[in-house]
Amino acid sequence: MADVHLPRSLVALFPGAPRRLAARGATVAEVIADLDAQVPGIRNRLLDAGPSIRTHINVFVAGQRATLATPVEADAVVHVIPAVSGG
Amino acid sequence: MTERVALLVGTRKGLFVLDGDANRDSWTVRGPLCDGWPLHDAIYDAKSRAIFAGGGSNWYGPAVWRSDDLGETWTHSSEGITYGDAAEKVTTIWSLATGPGGAMYAGVEPAGLFRSGDGGATWAHVEGLTNHPSRPEWQPGNGGLILHSIVPSPEDADRVWVGISSVGAFETSDGGKSWSTRNKGVRAGFMPEGQQYPDFGQCVHKLVMAADGGEHLYQQNHCGVYRSTDGGRQWEEVTANGLPTEFGFPMAAHPRDPRTAWTIPMTEPDAGRFMIDGHAAVYRTNDGGDTWQKSTEGLPQDNAYISVLREAMAVDSLDPVGVYFGTSTGQLYGSRDEGRTWSIVADNLPAIWSVEAALVD
Repeated sequence: MADVHLPRSLVALFPGAPRRLAARGATVAEVIADLDAQVPGIRNRLLDAGPSIRTHINVFVAGQRATLATPVEADAVVHVIPAVSGG
Repeated sequence: MTERVALLVGTRKGLFVLDGDANRDSWTVRGPLCDGWPLHDAIYDAKSRAIFAGGGSNWYGPAVWRSDDLGETWTHSSEGITYGDAAEKVTTIWSLATGPGGAMYAGVEPAGLFRSGDGGATWAHVEGLTNHPSRPEWQPGNGGLILHSIVPSPEDADRVWVGISSVGAFETSDGGKSWSTRNKGVRAGFMPEGQQYPDFGQCVHKLVMAADGGEHLYQQNHCGVYRSTDGGRQWEEVTANGLPTEFGFPMAAHPRDPRTAWTIPMTEPDAGRFMIDGHAAVYRTNDGGDTWQKSTEGLPQDNAYISVLREAMAVDSLDPVGVYFGTSTGQLYGSRDEGRTWSIVADNLPAIWSVEAALVD
């Protein structure tokens, strides 16, 4: 199970959802699908049409910037981080 | 139960709910709600007693928010708000409306229409509009290629008008399967001479329906104010009947008198797009646009270089009607006498993008 860390601004959209949770999947796409099973609707906040990770969202797997196809090791640490943008 | 007005104020940084007292005299501000998301529109559905707010986060994309307890708790969804994985991405929600039979509509950027039959939980693309033969030639306005006005018929669930910048107005009478342009008589003054009355390409800024419903419409356009009494098949320009400029964004119609409407003229597009000479003013017609009356009492008259965006004016349904508008610099003004005199309702809010007046228990 990957150890997934979610940002405050994302968790705030889903009352009761934790900042950190375990998710199953061999790729980032599969991990996000499992996150969506645990927190319904979270996939639509992270992914755009394509599907692709939204432009201003970064996903890191074991410290490396990832795409949906990036492999996720069983005990990987996954960080979801909003890009610095806005005003 | 005493009814009161709650103002739903969509801003660049979240929704604010202003709870009014029974006299519409003092207001309590709640917010920012919707986690501070930029919101282009917020509406109240009296039937379900739900607030809906539409917008888009820089990070998390477009969504329609819903609250069933006047803003205390929220859910949100964008399920189905997509043109498909191979098509262009929907960036934000620009407009929301409810129609008869439980239908709900969302207008988005890039311009398109989505419909929900389950109170905003899931959405379906109204493909007929996107498939209109004019679609490849649609051009964005300064604010983008946006579907910003949705006017469902109050009686006929299959009939809806929309306004798109800068494309113009369209109408469907078969539930969205097919659409017809409704721009005859509307000027596109930014086009070369001889091409200023095209079938589409007009820059409608706001489309509203008059109180007698169905066929009587008003629009504030980039190039003037217009009325139609035949559902938009023919428009008549009424700018020269007393309005100081042709440019403005919002337009609001009286809830009972079809001949009364309000608009806020601003300086021309290349001259600042704010209140004329720094004097804030709202213009009202009581005769369908034959004449216009200027009201300034209670509004700032010195160096008020403020502007009001297309969704940021609203009316309540009380008697006399309350009229409200918000500025892009965060002031909210209200009138309890149908726009004759004004007072400030709130100041120092984020940039106001939308105002809605809800009558709640």
